[in-house]
Order: sequence, then structure tokens, then C-alpha cells
Amino acid sequence: MRKVLLASVAATALLGGAASAQQVSGDAVKIGVLTDLSGVYSDFGGAGAVEAARMAVQDFGGKVLGKTIEVISADHQNKADVAASKAREWYDTQGVDLITESLNSSVALAVSKVATEKKRMQIVTGAATSRLSNEDCGPYTIHYVYDTYALAQGTGAAVVKSGGDSWFFLTADYAFGHSLEKDTGDVVKAAGGKVLGAVRHPLSASDFSSFLLQAQSSGAKVVGLANAGTDTVNSIKAAFDFGLTPKQQLAGLLTLVTDVHGLGIEQAQGLFTTEAWYWDQNDETRAFAKRYFEKVKKMPNSNQAGVYSAVTNYLKAVQAANSDDSDAVVKQLKSMTINDMFTKNGKIRQDGLHVHDMYLFQVKAPKDSKYAWDYYKQVAVVPGEQAFQPLQASRCALVNKS
Amino acid sequence: MEIFGVPLVALASQLVLGLVNGSFYAMLSLGLAVIFGTLNIVNFAHGAFYMLGAFGAFFALSTLGLNYWVALIVVPLAVGLIGILVDRGLLQWLRGLDPLYGLLLTFGVSLILEGILRDAYGSSGRSYPRPPALNGVWNLGFMVLPISRAWVIGVSLVVCFTTWFVIERTKLGAYLRAATENPSLTQAFGVNVPLLVTLTFGFGVALAGLAGVLAASAVQITPLMGSNIIIAVFAVVVIGGMGSILGAILTGLGLGLIEGLTRVYYPEASATVVFVIMAIVLLVRPAGLFGRA
Repeated sequence: MRKVLLASVAATALLGGAASAQQVSGDAVKIGVLTDLSGVYSDFGGAGAVEAARMAVQDFGGKVLGKTIEVISADHQNKADVAASKAREWYDTQGVDLITESLNSSVALAVSKVATEKKRMQIVTGAATSRLSNEDCGPYTIHYVYDTYALAQGTGAAVVKSGGDSWFFLTADYAFGHSLEKDTGDVVKAAGGKVLGAVRHPLSASDFSSFLLQAQSSGAKVVGLANAGTDTVNSIKAAFDFGLTPKQQLAGLLTLVTDVHGLGIEQAQGLFTTEAWYWDQNDETRAFAKRYFEKVKKMPNSNQAGVYSAVTNYLKAVQAANSDDSDAVVKQLKSMTINDMFTKNGKIRQDGLHVHDMYLFQVKAPKDSKYAWDYYKQVAVVPGEQAFQPLQASRCALVNKS
Repeated sequence: MEIFGVPLVALASQLVLGLVNGSFYAMLSLGLAVIFGTLNIVNFAHGAFYMLGAFGAFFALSTLGLNYWVALIVVPLAVGLIGILVDRGLLQWLRGLDPLYGLLLTFGVSLILEGILRDAYGSSGRSYPRPPALNGVWNLGFMVLPISRAWVIGVSLVVCFTTWFVIERTKLGAYLRAATENPSLTQAFGVNVPLLVTLTFGFGVALAGLAGVLAASAVQITPLMGSNIIIAVFAVVVIGGMGSILGAILTGLGLGLIEGLTRVYYPEASATVVFVIMAIVLLVRPAGLFGRA
């Protein structure tokens, strides 16, 4: 009996969730959305990201260069090994031309290696690690929505400027969290602030109160949350419960509008966050958000809007290059300007980083929120060249530093 | 005063927090131990029932308008009833088969429940608006303890030790233990064993539901909250000794404390420490700390 019990403990630890994949083959341009469909980040990307890709294809007319465009999707369960083998299968046997979304930095890094090896395209939207356009950059990998450097620049610089000059980090213990902690720490120090320490918690920890207590006793003015999704939400809740706020200020380094929705505006109010896009910015964004809402019953976050934009521009590039050959499409993408509802005057650089404006938002107080999903007040626009790492500082081998 | 570089005050507060988590472990592992002890079922859906309790509280408030205190009674009963339906409708057909079948069935049930709630609420879930009475904090001198957390410890201790008392020290408990030991003989004495067994399952599941309602007032309610905690709870049951009631309670609380200490000294290992202890205990005392080999 004990054997059964032990085996089952091991089995669930290994299993996690069940993978699902839709498979179609044929002579077509194929786009694979590889995302978390069932786990902790499935509101971050998930089914919404798949729907955004489908909308992009539909809006494009369903065909490019006379060929049908197909969208397939799979759940990578936030596991790098699952993601890498799925990517390999897609590129090798399914004829997938582009893999997009791939949130969770470990996943994006693993898929990027496969893309380089197979000479196929990858456009990362949901993952944040800045390694994707630095030491781990790849010729066929584009980093589209945000990276840890840009998130750090937006929130880090703004908070130090408003007086929050001593920081303590609550960091998710994997590639993304480490990247975000380091990049934000650098920004804080450059702006004249101090980093007093950090505590690293496991992904989807069940309880954050003890980590927050450590942050509390550090005496730092600002507690930077270098985590994402439910982890951020639970950190904010615990901070609220233990009276950490408002004595100390919280800075959500990667908090999306979908997290604010789950958390509720009451507890999230006052939080600073940097995003590439917000649904209620102008008529174009609202029009997209409205159509998306009808399908998904939630407003899109910047990652999901990013998937729409990435797929659209990939298809434009295929059209312009008159081929779905990866080299031709990458060349085209890196030479064109991105102009759509997601961003204006976006440029994709040699290192694969999509440079565009970022926005610093603050979560509204409940009394200022006038309608459903009215959560953000725009505080500042961070122009692309300030938000992202300068090209000459890139550690990417593709960058020609002559 | 410092212990290994950590001020005593900070250490004490971390221990209190460890006790909060230990309370959840204790309640969940108690339910598992009761079910395992009497029915020989490894109930993998236990985490899902815990999650169902939390969502039940949310649903009761947002849709039915029942407040927290009512939910505290009604929701565990409802979750227990769902458990009984699962037992009567599905599990009872597997009696006498290899326990692996029950395990796979309950694992399937938990995936279905999680899937339904993820579809309805998304993975970021919902926040439960706490009743005002639990909103404040207590200043213990060395730390500020939110009343919501203290409440969790209190309820859990009362419930756990009442359960232990009923099973180990009352006539009803004696029937139950007899039914486990020798079902056919107990039946011959006029005790309705199948009913007793079903009610026990329902009770174990209701405990998970109650833990879920308690959790709703402390953490974010998400469809995955059950699967995040359940593996650690299984480890607790293994460490405590399969089917030992008191073992499950004490181990749950104890491991909460150990996990709390790990969060101070080496936070990166806080998710693994339970399993390291499980491995050590199995090597030294294969029957578990409180189990009889």
C-alpha cells in the first residue's frame, strides 16, 4: 500500500497536467502557439493567446501567398523539456513555420535553441528574460512585447524618482525572476538607490507571508515583486494582510491587467506597473479589445495583444518577402516598421529585440474606476530607446560591433 | 539575541506563520488519513475538494448572498455531499480492486474539477472579500498577526483534535475502527458498515472543504490551489504513518514549522524540504513516525 502511495506522489510530481495538441498537416503556412493552457500562467497567455493568433489570421484574410494559414496550439505545462520536444516535433514533422507566445522564460530559452537548430522562426511574447536578446539570442528568435530590462527601466526608474530609493526583492526562483531582479537592481543602483537584499521563493509557492515578513524586516522602502501571475497576486494579498503596505511600497515588476482583475482593484490600488499595451488607450485598442472580449469574455492583456500583433506582422513579412523561408522573413521583419493597434514605429533590431514605447501605469483607486476593467491610469510614456537596452550594450553575438 | 544569524523575534514570527501553514497541512492530511484508514482509498481528489471549498465560499457569497460564517458550515457540508456522490456513484464500484484504480479515478475527478473551474474563473482565480471581523491584526509584540491567520490556527486545532477524540475515544469511533479492522464481523453485529464507510468518506472530504473555506479568507482562490498543496500533504501522510490520525495532525503542524524555518534559512529549498524529510523518514522508519509496521 505504501508503495502505491509513494508511486503516486512521484507520478503526480512528474505528470503535472495532461498535454493537449491539435494537429493538422498540409501545404500551408503554419503558426504554432506554444503556451501554458492549464497552469499558473494560463491567464497570462493561454487560450486567450491562441484566440488572439486566430483573430490575426482571420483579419489577414485566412490566406497568404495563396496558401491557407493554420493556427495550432499546445500546452507546454511550463516545462522546458516538454516545450523543446513539442517545438522539435512541430518544426520537424508538422511543418510549423512560426512558434509564438512561449511564455515562461525557461520555455522560451529552450524553444529558441530548437529554432536556431532547425532554422525556423520564433516570436516570443510572454517570456521576459533579457537573455533572449543577449547571450542567448538566436538568428530566428524575435523578442516582441517586453523584456526584464524594459520592465525594470519603467517601474524601477519611476519609483526611485518618486523617493523609493531602498529596495528589497521577492524573486521567483528561476531564469525570469533572476533576470528581473538583476536588471531592476541595476536600474535602482544607477538611479542612486540601494538594494538591501532579496528572498527567492519557489514557483507557485503556497504561502507568501513568511517571505513578506522578511521583506518587512529589511526596512526597505520598496518591495519589488520579481515574480508573475498568481505568485504576484498572492504576494500583494499577503502584503496587504500583514500591514506591509502602505508603510512600504510595492512595485509589481511584471503585473498584467489580468492579474489586477483576479486580485481585485481594492487590494491592487496604487500599484505601479509597466506594460507595453493597455486595452483602454485609444479607439484602435478599444476596438480590438471589444472584439476579443466577445470571444474570450475577458479583456486582453499586453501579451495577448502582442500575439495578435506578432502574428499579423509575421504574415505581412511573409507577403512582402514573397516566401515563408525563415531567412527571408527575418530579414523582412528586421527591416520594416511595426505600425498597428499594438504599437507605433516599432523596430526589430539585429539582436531580435522589438523596440517600442512602453507605458508606466498606476492601478486606480476603486472610486476612480468607472466601468468594468477600468483599472489603469497612465503615468508616463517611456520611449522605446530609453525603455530597452541600447544595441551597443547587447551581449548578443549577432550584433555587429564594428 | 540571534540564532544562527536570525534575530529571535524574526524567528518566532516565522514559526507562527509556519503554524498557519501547518494547520492547513494538518486538516488536509487528517482527512486523507481518515479516508485511507477506513476505506483504503488514496484520495487524489482531496486537493480538488479543498479548492472546491474555497470556490464554494466565493460562490456562496457572490451568487447566493451567504456570508462567511454561514459558508463555514454550509460549504463543507455541500462539498462533503459531493464527496458522497463521488463515492456512491463512482468509487463504490472499485471496492476490493487494487487501490491503484481508486487513485486513478480520483486523479481524473480532480483534473475534471480543476478544468471546470479554470474555464469559469481562469487561472488567476478570484479574491474572497473577507468578513470585517477577520480584517484586523493582532500585535503579538514580536510580530503583527492578521486575525484571519490566527483564526485559521484556532479552527484547525479544534477541528483536528475533536476528530481525533471522536475516532479514538468514543463509541462511534470504536465502530469505525472495528469496521476497518474486520468489516464482515462488524456487519454481523448489526452495524451498517457501507453507510459508515460512505459517511466517513463524506466527512474526510468535508474536512478538505472546510480547509478550503478557511484558505479563501487568507489566499487567492485559484483552480490550481489544490494541486499546489496536495503533493506536500501526501508526503505529510507518508511521514506521519499511513492511516494514523494523531500522526497526521502532529506531522502536519510539525512540517509547517519546519517549512517556516526553511523559508528563513534557505528559502530556495522551502518547496523541497518536506520531501527530503519524507525520504529520510522512510529510510529510518519505513512505517512512518507514528505508524505501526
